[in-house]
Amino acid sequence: MTTADTHKSSGIAKDVGVYICLLVLAGIQFVIAYQDISAKQMFERMLIVAIIEAGLALLFFMHLADNRGLRWFVIIFTVAVLFGLQYGWTDSYRLINGVPWAH
Amino acid sequence: MSQADLSIQGQVSRTQATDLMTAPAFSVPAKKMAMWLFIIADTATFAGCLVAYGFIRNASPSWPRPFHSITNVAIMTLVLLTSSLTMLFAVQHAQLGDKAKAFRWVMITAVFGILFAVLHIREWMGMISEGATLFHNPWGTPLFSSLFFSITGLHLLHVTGGVIALIAVGTRYQGGRYNADDLEITGLYWHFVDLVWMFVVPLVYLLNLSH
Repeated sequence: MTTADTHKSSGIAKDVGVYICLLVLAGIQFVIAYQDISAKQMFERMLIVAIIEAGLALLFFMHLADNRGLRWFVIIFTVAVLFGLQYGWTDSYRLINGVPWAH
Repeated sequence: MSQADLSIQGQVSRTQATDLMTAPAFSVPAKKMAMWLFIIADTATFAGCLVAYGFIRNASPSWPRPFHSITNVAIMTLVLLTSSLTMLFAVQHAQLGDKAKAFRWVMITAVFGILFAVLHIREWMGMISEGATLFHNPWGTPLFSSLFFSITGLHLLHVTGGVIALIAVGTRYQGGRYNADDLEITGLYWHFVDLVWMFVVPLVYLLNLSH
């Protein structure tokens, strides 16, 4: 077996491993959907699993694990955008709690 | 120091300055960096849609839960995740110079993408036959249908664009006009489409499952 073949087989093994992890995590989301818990708890649990899935895909499928500089660039920009989008939640809660038809 | 030495020194410093100006950011080629910037921008688009969905769902007192079965969405998830794996195989074969296998895996990825789109349209048709449209929802607030079709439609549009890109780039790679880097960049986009689905499934489908 040549060096290229060894590199290829180890790369494929890693990718298949990550793929199986993603399938398991996706399965966990489906299991959570059938749990007898509140919508808020369900949302939190599913979001945590989705973030782990996204992290695995970013690091291994999109190869961010190999480039530290690009990894931080992507994380900082994306997180800043995601935080910026959260400004509306207080208004959302005001709508549900602060209007007569909500009660 | 002679005039010639000064001239050489000037040329060297100019070359160093040019290198600094043209060196790719984070050692990433310009084309790949452009794709990453597009992905970051598109993340903002999808995040905006999903946050708006969350905002409206949170502010609506009677949000419908119309989904009875997860079979179709589970198959769609399996298909899309598998397509990401086949895309990785394509890039690996391309990087090793195995053009025929790389092309074959790209086309398999495209077939998975088409299968996903067909399943998605089948899901839509089922909902439309029950009376749900972009502006009408038989189970309650019309906002549900508007958001469902908008978010999943935006994702379906990305998948369709991705399939076209895969076929176009794969064919040109086979023809020798594109190289392994171009396949890898297309792969980045395809993985991103998969990544977005990981958030669409729990938020749009699973949280609206009827118990």
